[in-house]
Amino acid sequence: MSERLLARAAIYGALTLFAAFYLVPLAVVMLNSVRSTEDINHSSVIGLPSVYVWGNFAHTWSSYCIAEHCTGIQPYFWNSLRMVIPATVISTLLGALNGYSLALWRFRGDTLVFGIITLGVFLPEQMKLVPWAIVLRDLGLFNTISGLVLIHVIQGISFTTLFCRNYYVSIPADLLKAARIDGAGFFRIFWRIVLPLSPPILIVTVIWQFTGIWNEFLYGVTFSTGENQPVTAALIALSAQISQAPQYGQQSAAVLMAAAPTLLVYLFGGRYFVRGLTSGAVK
Amino acid sequence: MSALTIRNVSKHYGPLPVLKDINLEIDSGEFTILVGPSGCGKSTLLNIISGLDTASEGMIEIGGRPMNGVAAKDRNIAMVFQSYALYPSMTVRRNMTFGMECRKVPKQQQAEILDRVARLLQIEALLDRKPSQLSGGQRQRVAMGRALVRDPLLFLFDEPLSNLDAKLRVEMRMEIKRLHQRLGSTIVYVTHDQIEAMTLASRIAVMHQGVVQQFADPDTVYNRPANLFVARFMGAPPMNTLAARLEMVDGAVVAVMGQGETAVRLPAPDVAQTWAGREVVLGIRPECITEPTRHFSDAPGTTVTVAAPVEMTEPTGAETIVVLRLGGEQALGRVAPDIRLTMGETARFAVDTRKICLFDPISEGRIA
Repeated sequence: MSERLLARAAIYGALTLFAAFYLVPLAVVMLNSVRSTEDINHSSVIGLPSVYVWGNFAHTWSSYCIAEHCTGIQPYFWNSLRMVIPATVISTLLGALNGYSLALWRFRGDTLVFGIITLGVFLPEQMKLVPWAIVLRDLGLFNTISGLVLIHVIQGISFTTLFCRNYYVSIPADLLKAARIDGAGFFRIFWRIVLPLSPPILIVTVIWQFTGIWNEFLYGVTFSTGENQPVTAALIALSAQISQAPQYGQQSAAVLMAAAPTLLVYLFGGRYFVRGLTSGAVK
Repeated sequence: MSALTIRNVSKHYGPLPVLKDINLEIDSGEFTILVGPSGCGKSTLLNIISGLDTASEGMIEIGGRPMNGVAAKDRNIAMVFQSYALYPSMTVRRNMTFGMECRKVPKQQQAEILDRVARLLQIEALLDRKPSQLSGGQRQRVAMGRALVRDPLLFLFDEPLSNLDAKLRVEMRMEIKRLHQRLGSTIVYVTHDQIEAMTLASRIAVMHQGVVQQFADPDTVYNRPANLFVARFMGAPPMNTLAARLEMVDGAVVAVMGQGETAVRLPAPDVAQTWAGREVVLGIRPECITEPTRHFSDAPGTTVTVAAPVEMTEPTGAETIVVLRLGGEQALGRVAPDIRLTMGETARFAVDTRKICLFDPISEGRIA
């Protein structure tokens, strides 16, 4: 009995230790976001606030100077939203449509097509920088939000197709046969029968795409400059610009605000995410 | 009028043949059952009729119209699936109206048809439920309802009762029969259950290895099976098939089973003289071997009594199945439940010789 108790304690101890270790950076950033620059300079970057300073958030949100523009991170935040929402919605819908046709309408060479699409999952971003630069230049989409949306939609299709296709293969073939005899075509079956069964996988896909695109940095910093940058790229400009006198308090506040949307998405959708990844629930 | 014509239909997946030259002519109002063991091609044939699959060769006509190249939705058919295939996200009502909606039937008419079919199947109370809230039997009814709202030329049933428990299956079987009698619709029904085939069909197509072995009414299939496969597949327990030798005695055919003292001699149906002295397979249904007090017919020579050692008995309540030896070969008989037989002892049995079939042991076809 005591042996089991000991084992329990060891397991909980180890898990708590790792969780704490993992959460230290978040805790430091959260604490710093409510400390003043003087406070941080006088003691250390790691420490409890002597006085709580809430002004860091308002200041970095709307009036902080980034690369000579004293607008705070606000416009960049909106840039990110304008990029992430259409890119997530479009890539998810396309993935659902692809997955539906690959899983439920078998055609000659469908596994090859599926293989090629999923290959995209394994291609590193850096490899695609130059091709995308050429494409954006030729389309006249360099340094635009639309350009970034295009990139994220195309890049996202690999993942969204993979997710949706693997979910849809568990839909019984008889359902499609019945619908075909009832007179429904490709799109009607998709809208009326397959999509209503899809919320579990769509939630997974949306969370995946939203977090991935929001946090994406390389394309943002490469293909946009100045006021067209998404917030991840702007954050770097912010830290580079104040190198002479580090203002950790305000930087921490900026980081927290930039991370807020993905944290919120996780808080609200996280349980669906875990459930959706493990379920093939149709029956 | 012919409701469905299947002409020279073959199907192969790569080099693997699934259906070989199928020819069937099904009349309007007929209840046709495709029966056979799994893998015999019956479901493939049904899918080809429905247009969900295509034949490699041959043609299908529904209501006199050639169906090659006609999509499933334009064939004027309705289908009931083994898994019911109800749309999970729709209510029963939507499930039943979905097809009419696709065919752009006016709303008013949809409501009338839905009303009529729901009443016919007694599912009015279920209309606003989702399939997940229904029991197996209720799902089955809804699946039939979805087919019935269409009023098609042809109903296709793909093992519709296989997912139900035994009791419900018998109930639904009767209900389907009643429905067919009432509506007079043309039905093609696939099953692996030969009892379903016997009870429901106006004609049965017994299939095996992609070939129709026999296409006839249940009575003929049961009593005059076209070959050994049909004889052994239909009936539970199946027909006894015993090695025998034919002899001609005073112009009459006698089948002899076994050698010497234990040999059993039974009068057999007439066959060509060329079979005299040759080996055949004698087929006799278990219910034609029964207690010696039974009298099958007034015609002389119909009932022959034989002595046979009893190996085992299996009382089922309504009757008792007897495992016995006929001239050394194992055979099954059926006796009344109050007959007490002792294992290992020889008892007397009455044999109904009118029902004896003879098969060619090489070709396995029936010769008499």
